[in-house]
Amino acid sequence: MDETVRMAVRGLSAFHRGTAVLHNVTLDVRDRSVLAVIGPSGCGKSTFLRCLNRMHELAPGASVTGEILLDGRDIHGPGVDPVALRRRVGMVFQRPNPFPTMSIFENVAAGLRLNRMAGDLDAVVERALRAAALWDEVKDRLRGSPGSLSGGQQQRLCIARALAVEPEVLLMDEPASALDPIASARVEDLVHELKARYTVVIVTHNMQQAARVSDSTAFFYLGRLVEHSPTAELFTNPREERTEEYVTGRFG
Amino acid sequence: MKAALSRRVRSAAAFLLTALCVVIALVPLLSLAWLVVSRGWAGFSWALLTEVPGPPGGAPGGVGNALAGTGVVVFWAALLGLPLGIGAGVFLAESDHDDRLASAVRFTADVLAGVPSIVAGIVAYGLIVAPMKRFSALAGAVALAVLMLPALARTTEELVRRVPGALREGGLALGIPQWKTSLRIVLPAAAAGIATAVLLSIARIAGETGPLLFTSLNNAHWSLAPDQPIGTLTVQLYNDAISPYPAMQQRAWATALLLLVVVGLLNMAARVVAGRRAEGAHG
Ligand SMILES: Nc1ncnc2c1ncn2[C@@H]1O[C@H](COP(=O)(O)OP(=O)(O)OP(=O)(O)O)[C@@H](O)[C@H]1O
Ligand SMILES: [Mg+2]
Repeated sequence: MDETVRMAVRGLSAFHRGTAVLHNVTLDVRDRSVLAVIGPSGCGKSTFLRCLNRMHELAPGASVTGEILLDGRDIHGPGVDPVALRRRVGMVFQRPNPFPTMSIFENVAAGLRLNRMAGDLDAVVERALRAAALWDEVKDRLRGSPGSLSGGQQQRLCIARALAVEPEVLLMDEPASALDPIASARVEDLVHELKARYTVVIVTHNMQQAARVSDSTAFFYLGRLVEHSPTAELFTNPREERTEEYVTGRFG
Repeated sequence: MKAALSRRVRSAAAFLLTALCVVIALVPLLSLAWLVVSRGWAGFSWALLTEVPGPPGGAPGGVGNALAGTGVVVFWAALLGLPLGIGAGVFLAESDHDDRLASAVRFTADVLAGVPSIVAGIVAYGLIVAPMKRFSALAGAVALAVLMLPALARTTEELVRRVPGALREGGLALGIPQWKTSLRIVLPAAAAGIATAVLLSIARIAGETGPLLFTSLNNAHWSLAPDQPIGTLTVQLYNDAISPYPAMQQRAWATALLLLVVVGLLNMAARVVAGRRAEGAHG
């Protein structure tokens, strides 16, 4: 297998109470790259993402078939604990969801603390907040409540919280869709920087954003992967007609 | 025009009718409060809070031991009932809707909620008093704990369910196990509401008499021991009220007033906590 493949998805199908919402998806996520997932609403982007850290199976009646390999090992294998997997494959959600009863510091430290992971908490929290480009804005009020932060700051706090447990892969489900353009641009910059150390899979509705931040782009339609190509290629010279219709906005 | 007029008349009539209902509902409540305050006030003194009851026919003394006893019984009841009730509530909220065990627990709680309080006393009698061959504060506490369980469990379930699922997912996505996510992230988010429910459930059991009559019994002396019979405000009130001696009947009225104040304070505390929470939700 290709050394640089971090996650390999093989014939993945996902179901909600017996209804397939993802059909036979196969694609590779390369190490230290950004994969953008695009497609019309309801096409299964979130479902795809949630399969990658086994959050999908938490919904009642949800199931998957097929294989997902992380560093060559099937994440559904018998010896794999989904809880441990989620420490390696972190997730940031569409709406910022800081823990309201914890301080800013405790939010970032939550993953380490509640998992009893070793480490110098102060150092880890500072590093994560710096990585999320939030440190300068909150360093004087780490004991304060996350409720006092703006939406964009809250989202970066959630990114810092995810980074603090040092995942290998970071899944982001429309992380900027609830943010204004400036905050959204900051998150984009951040994704760019994260690529140096993490593998990122990002769902977005924003074509320009996908074009700017990603190395490769996967276009989903009605639960099927239509095309997965290097981003420049997919946007300028798509192989599939449907892709072209979608990225040029000529979509019914 | 005519339709509008008749609509306005009907609306005014409906308003008057509801206002009348409010007044009718308030009359017994206010007359009860007035009766208890006016009759009880005469017996209200420092001695009431600090002394033990005098002998029948003698000086009235006080119900200090019963006040402390109510505190002791409620304390043990809370110690038993709160973790169980809140724990059951969290379990119910976190389990799938079609989970068999959860359905059984939910059904039990709903049945238990409708059980007359005296039945809880019988249960505690059978479980504690009979084997120990002794009435005790602990037996009373068990009876009261049984009484507080169902409402507390169901309220906790409701409050935990109302915590946004995004919070739970946030915890799980960090690789925090589900039970720890429930207890450390979801439950704290519901804490203010649960604190209100806790205070209300304590206020409810503090006023119980029936289940204590044959569990904690009564005690005319100071006692805080959990394994001994213990005086409580309600049982003391009951005994005094049915006694033929005017001094004891006066003591009963004063005790009623004291009980009203204690339960009223607990309810007020619950309101304050609930109000804080509403404020916090805006912040
Ligand atoms: N809990 C659920 N139960 C049943 N069906 C579901 C559930 N969650 C999602 N679905 C269905 O699965 C399909 C894919 O949903 P998904 O959330 O993955 O779409 P999406 O591409 O992320 O959409 P959006 O862009 O609107 O977020 C949809 O048809 C949706 O109705
Ligand atoms: Mg989605």
